[in-house]
Amino acid sequence: MDLSQFFDTFFDEADELLAQMEQLLLELDVNTPDIEQLNAIFRAAHSIKGGAATFGCFQHLAETTHLLENLLDEIRRGEMALRTDMIDTFLETKDVLKSQLDAYRASAVPDEETFTRICGILRQIADEHREAVQGGGAAASSAVAPVAAPVAAPVAAAAAMPAAEVAPAATAAPVQVAPVAAASAPVAVAATAASADTSLPLCVRISGVSGKDAQSLLEEMGHLGRVLGHEQGAESLTVWVESTCSADDIEAVCCFIVDGDQIGISREAYDAQAPAATPAAPAPAQTAAPVPAAVQQAAQEAANVVAQAQSTSAGDISITTNAAPAAPSAPAAPRAAAKPAASAAGADKENTSIRVGVEKVDQVINLVGELVITQAMLAQIASTLDPVLHDRLLNGMEQLERNARDLQESVMSIRMMPMDYVFSRFPRVVRDIATKMGKQIELQTIGRATELDKSLIERIIDPLTHLVRNSLDHGIETPEKRIAAGKDPVGNLMLSAQHSGGNIVIEVSDDGGGLNRERLLQKAISQGIAISENASDDEVWQLIFAPGFSTAEKVTDISGRGVGMDVVRRNIQDMGGHVQLSSTPGEGTTTRIVLPLTLAILDGMSVRVGQETFILPLNHVTESLQPTADQIYSVTGNERVLLVRGEYLPLVEMHRVFDVAGAQADPMQAIAVIMQAQERRFALLVDHLVGQHQVVVKNLESNYRKVPGVSAATILGDGSVALIIDVFALARANREKSFSAEALLN
Amino acid sequence: MAAKPQTHHARVEDAGSEFLVFTLGEEEYGIDILKVQEIRGYDAAVVTRIANVPTFIKGVTNLRGIIVPIVDLRIKFNLGKVEYNEQTVVIILNLDRRVVGIVVDGVSDVLMLNAGQIRPAPEFGATLSTEYLTGLGTVDERMLILVDIERLMTSDEMALVEKVAS
Repeated sequence: MDLSQFFDTFFDEADELLAQMEQLLLELDVNTPDIEQLNAIFRAAHSIKGGAATFGCFQHLAETTHLLENLLDEIRRGEMALRTDMIDTFLETKDVLKSQLDAYRASAVPDEETFTRICGILRQIADEHREAVQGGGAAASSAVAPVAAPVAAPVAAAAAMPAAEVAPAATAAPVQVAPVAAASAPVAVAATAASADTSLPLCVRISGVSGKDAQSLLEEMGHLGRVLGHEQGAESLTVWVESTCSADDIEAVCCFIVDGDQIGISREAYDAQAPAATPAAPAPAQTAAPVPAAVQQAAQEAANVVAQAQSTSAGDISITTNAAPAAPSAPAAPRAAAKPAASAAGADKENTSIRVGVEKVDQVINLVGELVITQAMLAQIASTLDPVLHDRLLNGMEQLERNARDLQESVMSIRMMPMDYVFSRFPRVVRDIATKMGKQIELQTIGRATELDKSLIERIIDPLTHLVRNSLDHGIETPEKRIAAGKDPVGNLMLSAQHSGGNIVIEVSDDGGGLNRERLLQKAISQGIAISENASDDEVWQLIFAPGFSTAEKVTDISGRGVGMDVVRRNIQDMGGHVQLSSTPGEGTTTRIVLPLTLAILDGMSVRVGQETFILPLNHVTESLQPTADQIYSVTGNERVLLVRGEYLPLVEMHRVFDVAGAQADPMQAIAVIMQAQERRFALLVDHLVGQHQVVVKNLESNYRKVPGVSAATILGDGSVALIIDVFALARANREKSFSAEALLN
Repeated sequence: MAAKPQTHHARVEDAGSEFLVFTLGEEEYGIDILKVQEIRGYDAAVVTRIANVPTFIKGVTNLRGIIVPIVDLRIKFNLGKVEYNEQTVVIILNLDRRVVGIVVDGVSDVLMLNAGQIRPAPEFGATLSTEYLTGLGTVDERMLILVDIERLMTSDEMALVEKVAS
C-alpha cells in the first residue's frame, strides 16, 4: 500500500498535536502538574511517534518523539519530578519537531545537527534520572533487605527499561523494591535480573477495558506470540505472552483498541497461581511474597494512585505505599472506568469535524456566489412581470432569494476560524521574550472564540506578532522600573478580539510606559520628518507608522530596527482594515486593529462614470454631494479642491484616473463622493450613484495581474464585471499628484 | 496491461499532435489544442475595459464566475483591420493554471500535424519573435503559423502576468 497519500494528513495532524503540546506545556504548573495535562502531552507525543513510525520514513521525527515520550511517560507516572528547565527543553524539542516536520513536508532531510543535539539533551535527562533511581533503589534495598542489595539495583534498572513497572515504586518509594527482592529467593531475583530481557514472558496489563475489547486484545496477543495465560477482571485484562516482539510493539498494537496509558507491560514469570492470588488476596504484598507478580501489580497500582494524587509529597508517598496493596486497588477501578468514558467523549468531539481542503471550500463559495448573482439577475427580470399573472413564479423567486442568502451565509461561515488560532501562539512568544529580557509579563487573552475569515486570520499573525513584540520590548518596563514607578512588577499584556458591526476589532494593550512624546518628536526632527512642536498627540503617535522610524534606544533582536510599524499598517490596510493607536504616558499603549470580517464579500456603492460602472468600498465612503460653483477652487491651474464645511478636499476625477471617455466633465453636473482613507480625505468625482449592494470580491490576479487603482473585481447582476476601487492607492496617488500607473500601483 | 500506454504513447509520437487552427486577417495560426479550454462568441458588452493598459488587452470578462482577461491578438500582431462581428470569437485558453481569452477572426479547423509537416520558422521582424513559434506547419497548400501560446501569453511583452520584480 502506498502510504505517501496519507502524508499530508499526518503532517496536518502532527502540526496540530505539536501546537496542542506547546499550549499544554505552557499551561503546566511545574510544582503541581495536572495529571490530565501530562497525559494529554504524552498522548500528543505518542501519536506523533506512532504516525511517524507507521510511515517508516520519518526516522528523525520518530526518534526524537520517542525520547520525548519516554521522559513524559516517566513524568506522568510520577517517577520523575518535573522541573522548569525540563519544560524549556520540551518546548525546544517541540520547535525541533516542528522544523523536522516542515523539512519532511518539503521533502527535505531534517537538520542532523539540531536533531543530534536535542536527542542528546533528552537522553541526558533520562540518564540523570536513571542514575538517581539506581542509586536510590540500591540504598533502600540495602537498608531493608541487605541480602538482596547486590541484585536490587539491576532489577530496578532492568525493569525501568522497557515498561518501567518497578521504577515507579523505586522513585516514589524505594521501600517497595526491597520487598520484591527480599521476598523472592536471592537466586530467583538473580535469575530475573539476568534473564529480564528475553526468557521471561511479557506480562501485559490493561485497565479500563470492556469484555469485547478484551477479547479482541487477546486475539491480537495471539498474533504477536504464544499466550501463556490470561486473567480477566471486570475491567482489566492481564495477559502473559511469550513473544519476540518488544514491549513497545505490543503497546503499539494495543493502542488501536485502548489508550496507551491504559497499558502496562513488564517481563515477569507466568505463574498459574498468580491470577488467583491477585484478586483474592490484595493483602499486604509483603505477606503474599512468593508471588512477585502480585507484589508488582499491587505496587504498580499503588504507584498509579500516588502518581494521580500528584500533590502528595515524597514523604506521603512512602506512607501510602506501605498501606497500598490492600487499599488502592479499590479506588483504582473506578478511575480506570472513568478514563475510557473521557476518551470516548474526546473521540466523539473529533468525529464532529472533518478536514477539507481550502480550495474545495473556495470552490463552494465561488459557486454560491454565482448562484446569488444568477438569482439577482432572475429577480431583476422577474420584477418586470405582472405580479397578478405570475403570482406563483414571484413567490418562488422570493423563496429562492431567501434560500440563496442563507446558503451564502452558511457557506461563508465555513471559512471562519476562531481567533484562538492566532492567540494561542502568543503565550510562547511572551514567555520566550519575557525570559530573554528579564521581564515579568502576564498575558491575558479575551475573545478567543471570535471568528474571522481564514485568509485574514493567516495574514493577521505577522502584524499581531510584531505588535506584541513591540509591547514586550518597548512597552512593558523591567520589574525594577515598574516598582520604581509604583506599579506591579508584573506587566500586563492584553490581547482581545471582538465583533463590532461588520468588523472585527483586535486590540493589543500593555500597561507599560506608553509612548514618549518628546522622544518621538526628537527622533522625527533628527530624521527630517516635518512635524510641528505642538502637534496633537494623535499626530505624534502616527509618526511611529513612518517608514524607518524606531525610538528604541538600542536595537535588540526582538525589535527596534524601524522596519515594522509601517509594514504592520500596510499589511492591515491591504486586508481592508486600519490601525489606531492610543497611549497614555506611564499607563500604557493600546493598538487597535479594525478589520472587515471577510475579504470575500464587500459592502459596495456602485457608481457610474461614462458608460462604466465602478464599485467604491462603502466603508470608505463618508458622504456624497453635488458640488456647487462656489465650492470648487482651482489650485495651480490644473488641480482643484472642493470646500466642504470649511475643509478643502482634493478633487479626484474618476474619468481622468481611469481614462473614461464620455464622462461628465463639469463638476457641477457630477457627484462628489467624499472618501476617507486612513487619515486622508478626498472627493471623488463620478457621474451618478447607482446603488449600494454586497458584492462578491473576485481576485483579478488569479488570471490576470494587479491593476493600478483597482483592488479587485466583482460580477454585477447582469453578469458583467465591475472593478472595485482601491481607495488607498487613489489617496496615495493623489498626494503624490500623479495618477500614473506606477503611482497607483505603489 | 503495462505495455499498452507505451504503445499508445508511441502512436501519438508518430501521429504528431493536434492543433486548433484560427485565422487572424489573412493568416492562419495553429495552437496546441490541449491548451484550449473552450471557444465562445465575442460580446463586447460584457468585456470590462481596464484603464492604463496596452491596447491589445481588451479588458476582463466573467466566465462563469471567473474573471478572465481578454487579449486581442489581431491588435497585438498588428493586423491592420480589426473589427468585431458575428464571426469574431474568443478562444479561452488554460495555461499553467491561468485562464486567458484571445480574440481571433475565426476558428477553422482542428488538424493533426506530424513532425515531418512542421518546419522551423525563419527569423521575422519584431512583431512576433521566433521565440514564441513552434514552427511553420504545412497542410496541403496551406501554411500554418504554429504558436507556442503558453510562452507567448506568459511573456513580459503581453503584460498579462505580474513581473517578478513588482
